[in-house]
Amino acid sequence: MQVEQISVFLENKSGRLSEVTAILSEAKVNIRALALADTSDFGVLRLIVNDTEKARQVLKNNGFTVGKTNVVAVEVADRPGGLHEILTLLHNADLNVEYMYAFVRSSGDNAVMIFRFEKDQEAIRLLQSKGVSVIDGERLCAL
Amino acid sequence: MIYDIEYETMPREALEAIQLRRLQTTLQRVYASVPFYRKKFEEAGITPADIKSLDDLRRVPFTTKMDLRDNYPFHMFAVPMDNVVRIHASSGTTGRPTVVGYTARDVGTWSTLMARALTAGGAGRGDIIHNAYGYGLFTGGLGVHYGAERLGASVIPVSGGNTKRQVVIMKDFGPTIITSTPSYALHLAEVAEEMGVSFKSLKFKHGIFGAEPWSEKMRAELERKLNITAVDIYGLSEVMGPGVAIECHEARKGLHVFEDHFIAEIIDPNTLEPLPYGEAGELVFTSLTKEAFPVVRYRTRDITSLNPEPCICGRTHVRMNRVTGRSDDMLIIRGVNVFPSQIESVLMEIDAVEPHYQLVVDREDNLDVLTVKVEISERGFTDEVKGLQQLERRITKNIKELLGVTAQVKLVEPKAIERSQGKAIRVVDNRQI
Repeated sequence: MQVEQISVFLENKSGRLSEVTAILSEAKVNIRALALADTSDFGVLRLIVNDTEKARQVLKNNGFTVGKTNVVAVEVADRPGGLHEILTLLHNADLNVEYMYAFVRSSGDNAVMIFRFEKDQEAIRLLQSKGVSVIDGERLCAL
Repeated sequence: MIYDIEYETMPREALEAIQLRRLQTTLQRVYASVPFYRKKFEEAGITPADIKSLDDLRRVPFTTKMDLRDNYPFHMFAVPMDNVVRIHASSGTTGRPTVVGYTARDVGTWSTLMARALTAGGAGRGDIIHNAYGYGLFTGGLGVHYGAERLGASVIPVSGGNTKRQVVIMKDFGPTIITSTPSYALHLAEVAEEMGVSFKSLKFKHGIFGAEPWSEKMRAELERKLNITAVDIYGLSEVMGPGVAIECHEARKGLHVFEDHFIAEIIDPNTLEPLPYGEAGELVFTSLTKEAFPVVRYRTRDITSLNPEPCICGRTHVRMNRVTGRSDDMLIIRGVNVFPSQIESVLMEIDAVEPHYQLVVDREDNLDVLTVKVEISERGFTDEVKGLQQLERRITKNIKELLGVTAQVKLVEPKAIERSQGKAIRVVDNRQI
């Protein structure tokens, strides 16, 4: 039920991010979601794309350090308190969220959030048992 | 003032006679008691008896830092451990430090030479010495300390760091002499100023600075900001520690080498041939009176020249000029010797980074700042910033544990380290000294 995410190590210097987007654009890879975490000297760019393997290969060929991780896409009710309910479920079950970011497109009336969990299988089981919809990679790319 | 008027102002002829006698004794002792030297002499086809004049010294093989490493920790000692009362250590070129030992008599000799050095720098009985050299395995702190006590001055063993407390001590105790690295003294002056304490209002008269290279420009700055005369002191643990050579505060023009205890030579680092006075080359020392750890033609890797001209202070001992560089890649970071190979050995043990690195040294607020740039490897890369920051901290910690130096570690992208003709540029030193 997980979604593949690629991460790219970026030094904090101007133009680095646009190099990544240029490479992906040339390879005709579509970026579906993106988040950047940064410190004073480096950043980690996280991407969900329509062709993970291709994106990874072209970035590696251009000298980038690329990693692949599994994340979880979760439907979140698009109303006040929607995200809070999910986070409360996770908190009560003692499941940590390493980081999260929003997916650009919505799923029906629901927003989609991308989660990186420390224990993703447990988190998926918990969310599904509580009736929360977890979206797999194929469905996510079709949104 | 001169501490040891007989020896320090001895006519050259008498001085050289003493040097030869002491050299012959030293060579006989190391030949008899240190297998390393015996083997070296045998390979060179000489025995101590062949050394009949000071000029014959050129026939004796050199000793290098690598030799000291190969004989880690105590195999270069020329006395049984029963007679060793003190051990110090300095950075080696790899993980192992260079270890040196002292007999009770060696500690006495060192104290006397440091008393001479402090006197040359302007200190005397009744002075209060603020000793901000680090105490510990490094020879700086204890070397100055014992010399100050021998001289009969009052010594404040304040050591390095805790700068604000040092300023309070300077204000309240009224020290008249400061001993530290020159960059730390400038840092002290800055912190004092921030705290509203003017050096002009303090009692300092003289400063004795060493353990790192500095310049005439820094001297002018130190003398102006601290309202003192500033002299350069030289030493290295392999030869003894501080007090091998010192400038007199009268001339402040070159460091008198205590030639009744050490023979200084300058060699061409490529041909290894001795060079005449005045020519710049690598400084080589032979100890003449040390018991536990004698050194014979030890290559310091420091580049300088010797000046035999008489000095206005009356000392007859030859002067070495300021050290202008190194014939190897050693860096001095806040008084600590750092070899790039040591940093490399730390990085090699960490799978998450490539052994592609660059050391960048800057001077910020008069303190050296070492940045280690290292390329991240795919194995070490994670999607979490936390993990990468932990990696940086782990490298900093390992470097600190091995070298005692705090480095800022900066992860960089693969191939980010500039390579010149296929070879990486390992060191970028931006310090303007």
